[in-house]
Amino acid sequence: MYWNANIECMAVEDLRKLQYRSFKSLVNDLYSFNRFYHDKMKSAGVHPDDMQSLDDVGKLPFMYKEDLRENYPTKMFSVPNKEIVRFHASSGTSGKPTVMGYTQNDLAYWTEALARSLTSIGIGSEDILQVSYGYGLFTGGLGLHYGAEKVGASVVPTSTGSTERQLELMQDLDVTAIACTPSYLMHMSHVAGKMGIDFRRDTCLKKAVLGAEPWTESMRAKIESSMGIRAYDIYGTSEQAGPMFTECEERNGIHIGGDIMYVEILDPDTGEPLENGEKGEMVVTMLKKEALPIVRFRVKDISSLMDGECPCGRTSPRISRITGRSDDMLIIRGINVFPSQIEYTLMRIPQIGDQYMIELTRDGALDDIRIQVEIKPEFFSDKVEDMVRLRAHIESELKKYLNVAAMVELKAPGELPRFEGKAKRVVDKRMI
Amino acid sequence: MMDDENIITQLSIFVNNEPGRLASVAGVLKDCNINIKGFNLAESTEFGILRAIVDDPDKAFEKIKSKGVIVKKTDMIGIAVEDSPGSLFGAADVLGKAGINIDYGYAYSGKDFESLFVRVDDPEKAVKTLRESGIRLIKRSEI
Repeated sequence: MYWNANIECMAVEDLRKLQYRSFKSLVNDLYSFNRFYHDKMKSAGVHPDDMQSLDDVGKLPFMYKEDLRENYPTKMFSVPNKEIVRFHASSGTSGKPTVMGYTQNDLAYWTEALARSLTSIGIGSEDILQVSYGYGLFTGGLGLHYGAEKVGASVVPTSTGSTERQLELMQDLDVTAIACTPSYLMHMSHVAGKMGIDFRRDTCLKKAVLGAEPWTESMRAKIESSMGIRAYDIYGTSEQAGPMFTECEERNGIHIGGDIMYVEILDPDTGEPLENGEKGEMVVTMLKKEALPIVRFRVKDISSLMDGECPCGRTSPRISRITGRSDDMLIIRGINVFPSQIEYTLMRIPQIGDQYMIELTRDGALDDIRIQVEIKPEFFSDKVEDMVRLRAHIESELKKYLNVAAMVELKAPGELPRFEGKAKRVVDKRMI
Repeated sequence: MMDDENIITQLSIFVNNEPGRLASVAGVLKDCNINIKGFNLAESTEFGILRAIVDDPDKAFEKIKSKGVIVKKTDMIGIAVEDSPGSLFGAADVLGKAGINIDYGYAYSGKDFESLFVRVDDPEKAVKTLRESGIRLIKRSEI
């Protein structure tokens, strides 16, 4: 079953032609109407006329997350405010978030991408999909919500949290599929076990669409065998729109809608394109985006373009499972956190010194982040209560800026490791 | 710091709550030749606070500080308690009625007397109130 067979099964050469046409008009528009891209192309010495073939995309300058931050909130937008119909935001590295804007057409291509994806894994009008991604500024909840409605599935918009209640609804409404982070599903499974719920016996759950954080084949095997379901990987970052592309039933790579997103895989050090099958940094261009154009954006996710035809019949390019990041971004319970963000938050708290350590663990299903800080001697109190209050204050500041609950430990000055050269403050002990 | 013979200086030391940490702090006290008269340990999950009454606290404070250990001086008062039922009640009742809060306290057995060291939110007022109620306070020189 295809949602849009014309595009999904288009001959590879035709797709390249379509992509080239989209590119050409995108670059023309940006050069003429977008200050940021105009200046960027000028300083890189590139003119829209240089776009003679799809390979000339490599001449265009890169775009980075920092560009979005520097142009906070909407300076990079290509359309006037009246055309924006929605905002999403993701946390930034220094307190400032990055803001995404969407026109009606932006929401339409995002929803279209999800409709294709959900159809490709057999989710349709017969299904009841529980969306346990966060609703709100995070793109996951609302994105999946509209995609699922598009294919006619019944949506149960539970968002995150209240796991017991979610499990009750899942049983009472005969939910057949769920979309959430893999760690949340594992948490659900853990809670279900405690409540005496057996997924095979007590629920109609058959499928899970999992993403927003890295996971592995071994996690997939664990989820599938313990819950008796099939789990599919979904990909998409907020800069691209949100979660958009999934594996098909073959579960061998994620199909990218080639009319929507153009993917390059580059050597992270040299910026040179890599052969299909070689792992490198993903660089994306969004071909249909209106509000916030994304051209040669360095996503920093590590993947590869896959060779060969997929037995499902789709000709759309496939990328392999994301295996890591080319920067130091951490994904904790589906939330993106940069160590620099943690540092920024800590350094604004006068009671603590400049050394800190970040430790990530996964206890059962959910990630834990533990941050050790050294307190300054002058803020030491002989009363435990004062110290506990200081710790709670640091935890609440971190929660405020990171949007994720961190556990803080107070240490004496000199207790934490000092680094000569590049500091290694992050210890990731999660087994994923 | 009050200059009253009834105000006793306590040293509070930050200790990480890990095996061997108390030993290393105690080692510092030993190296500095500091004699502990009475002490108490308070703990939270990852840290503890060692509170100690020592000989010559001002000198001890400087020595410990020079070793890079977090240390703080706190005013305490020492209340003499009889070795009999109800003696804790007497002092606690007086402080409570005077609206003085006891943050924490710990017992101390001296050569000649039993006493209780307490940390209160207003030591000056506590000393005055206890004296007026006829409760015996321990002098610095008696420890």
